[in-house]
Amino acid sequence: MQLALQVGQTAQPEAILFWVLAPLAVLAALGMLLVKKAVHSAILMAFVMIVLAIFYIAQDAVFLGIVQVVVYTGAVMMLFLFILMLVGVDSSDSLTETIRGLRPIAITAAIGFGGLLVSLLGRATIGRNAVGLSAANADGNVQALAQLLFSTYVWPFEVVSALLITAALGAMVLAHHHNTQVRQTQRQLSINRFRGDSLGSAAGLPGPGVYARHNAVDVPALLPDGTPAPTSVNASLEARGDMLDYKKFDLAEVNTQV
Amino acid sequence: MNAANYLYVSALLFTIGAVGVVVRRNAIVVFMCIELMLNAANLSFVTFSRINGDLNGQVMAFFTMVVAACEVVVGLAIIVTIYRSRRSASVDDASLLKR
Repeated sequence: MQLALQVGQTAQPEAILFWVLAPLAVLAALGMLLVKKAVHSAILMAFVMIVLAIFYIAQDAVFLGIVQVVVYTGAVMMLFLFILMLVGVDSSDSLTETIRGLRPIAITAAIGFGGLLVSLLGRATIGRNAVGLSAANADGNVQALAQLLFSTYVWPFEVVSALLITAALGAMVLAHHHNTQVRQTQRQLSINRFRGDSLGSAAGLPGPGVYARHNAVDVPALLPDGTPAPTSVNASLEARGDMLDYKKFDLAEVNTQV
Repeated sequence: MNAANYLYVSALLFTIGAVGVVVRRNAIVVFMCIELMLNAANLSFVTFSRINGDLNGQVMAFFTMVVAACEVVVGLAIIVTIYRSRRSASVDDASLLKR
């Protein structure tokens, strides 16, 4: 009897490549589950992707290997990191269980599923010899793939292009942000400054640090009457708590004795 | 070495990805695990293509990559939209229908 998956013996260099990289890839994939921060998961994911690209190239799928690097580690991982930056790099997962008993059940099911797959592969037979791609790739891998893609698979290829355009449009529609109120024009802002409660900010808000004892962005400006102006410091600095306490710059509080 | 070893790696990666989808709560990590599962399937396609000496498997893997790219684009846009309205990327927080 021919154990089909037993055949297709590979050369020694490929075996070394496999036994070095495959455990690393599985470990990185496991690490993806275990690390707390999403950024670390993304980096481990990129590593798994690169290892898979190397595996593709080792298996005579040169074009797919390059596409894997360009599309996955290039575009897709970049997109993931971009969204991570948008959502907040520090957003770490709370690793507590929200559904009780979910984790043991999931791990048991996974061991069962993985064991099933592996034992199935161990017993599988195709019933004929493994061939290898040297004949199919005789004219070059890219040429052979193009031959298939633009003859047998030309219709799926076109459908996939429609899918890509639909996905791009869908992403644009989803990410589009409607303003809930009308944006104020410069003219309206100017009118508001003069019709407001005081004319104090009619000429614009003071810059930070003006006439204060420090000249830094986190120090509120001192107005001509000696009172500090907390509005002169950037609102995001204030929100982060990086603004110095403006009360200690009040001229009334400062000891001016020489 | 046996070419079938690639299939074992593929099975392991797929299983790990499946566990990740169930266990992790951060929507972005869940998405990365889905990508891992798709990649594991691709590795199987490429290995079977080599065993059978037939490039159809590589074409399938190519199509899978395109579909995965589309899926990532739309999925991440959904995550951004949810994050914008709820300030959270956790899949547990998007349970409006439950309450």
